[in-house]
Amino acid sequence: MKDNQQNLIRFLIGLGDDSVALSHRLSEWCSNGPYLEEDIALSNIALDYIGRARMFYQYAVKLEGNKRTEDDIAYLRNEREYTNLLIHELPINDFAFTMVRQYFLDVYYCEYLKLLCDSSDDQVSAIANKAVKESRYHLKRSQPWITQLAEGTSESKERMQLALDELENFVGELFLMEDWEKTLAESGVAVDRKSLEANWNKEVQAFLEKSEMSFPDSKLQIRGGRNGIHTEHLGHLLSEMQYLQRSMPGLEW
Amino acid sequence: MTNLISIVSPEFASRKAYRVSSTHSDIWNILDKVFDPELPGLTIWDLGILQDVKEKNDVLLITVTPTYSGCPAVDSIITDIKTELAKCGYKKVEVEVTLSPAWTTEMMSPAGKAHLKSIQIAPPEKNDDVSCPVCESNNTKLLSQFGSTACKSLYQCNDCFEAFDYFKHF
Repeated sequence: MKDNQQNLIRFLIGLGDDSVALSHRLSEWCSNGPYLEEDIALSNIALDYIGRARMFYQYAVKLEGNKRTEDDIAYLRNEREYTNLLIHELPINDFAFTMVRQYFLDVYYCEYLKLLCDSSDDQVSAIANKAVKESRYHLKRSQPWITQLAEGTSESKERMQLALDELENFVGELFLMEDWEKTLAESGVAVDRKSLEANWNKEVQAFLEKSEMSFPDSKLQIRGGRNGIHTEHLGHLLSEMQYLQRSMPGLEW
Repeated sequence: MTNLISIVSPEFASRKAYRVSSTHSDIWNILDKVFDPELPGLTIWDLGILQDVKEKNDVLLITVTPTYSGCPAVDSIITDIKTELAKCGYKKVEVEVTLSPAWTTEMMSPAGKAHLKSIQIAPPEKNDDVSCPVCESNNTKLLSQFGSTACKSLYQCNDCFEAFDYFKHF
């Protein structure tokens, strides 16, 4: 029972970390978007992910008995204590990279959160119910962008291919389960992410083929996020995100 | 006709029935003075986020459900609820934010939708069949999926050319 509780907290913080890392990346587009509407869209999506992270963190904090706050989790943990899946922390690169990642994750979250709605844990289910609607809305926007980039100019196509080549190595981790997470999935709280892989591949491949693009099936799968092993990029992200709270501890708006 | 407000949704009907049967009608009425900070004149009741009023050991427990998970307005709404109740002498107030039942635009009141239209925000429509709040035309186009706040997208009317906010159906 106690183990299960520990696993659940770990699970919630991992999901929160996924959302915080991606949210911070998306927020980097604020005032740098290719045009105003796109700028606002990316910032709004960043906001949805911040909200999602807060829901996961707040629930984790409650289960821990309020020993720390949601802000402590976000601002006072080091790189090795962050457990996000690596794809979320990769730099924004160019607009093509940002949109391909977003499309990949939108497809993933639409399926993942749909299953998580049936979690045996009521609060996890409630969070998933809220978040899945948002991801469906995000997908409505990221998907047409993929077509537009793939069928746009030779430059947009080339940039998109570069994004696909870079991201292929990080997609596999979305579907790799840790042992403790398997235990949680067996008890009905979590979702077996591995079971989503075939459908994800099928949907993304089919969509890319419509625009005569393809997503190479990579043999190299970079992993480690859920165990705190990161790319070199997370440290830089955290140093920017945590700077204010680290230099002026306890600062509030 | 587009200028008619659609029939009452089951979600709103059940909220209304719950409010009418509540023994705290005075509290619900006070809370009709709390507005969404980003939608001028729209009360939290009309928006559909005010869910419950209870009393336990002299403490008022108010339950709200957020619109979008990242909506920054929630914190200021909590403050406003406490402020309005304090003005009427209720000092012991707790506000609980609940995620379930998840808020949907179906929880919005007909009066709320009419109000949105009066401030030239197109109210949420099933199928996102958006009509212009200025000239009523159905000939409109989406300009941007995201607008000035998380709950709105940006449209333009092809007949009168007015650009306007649309409160997304959610």
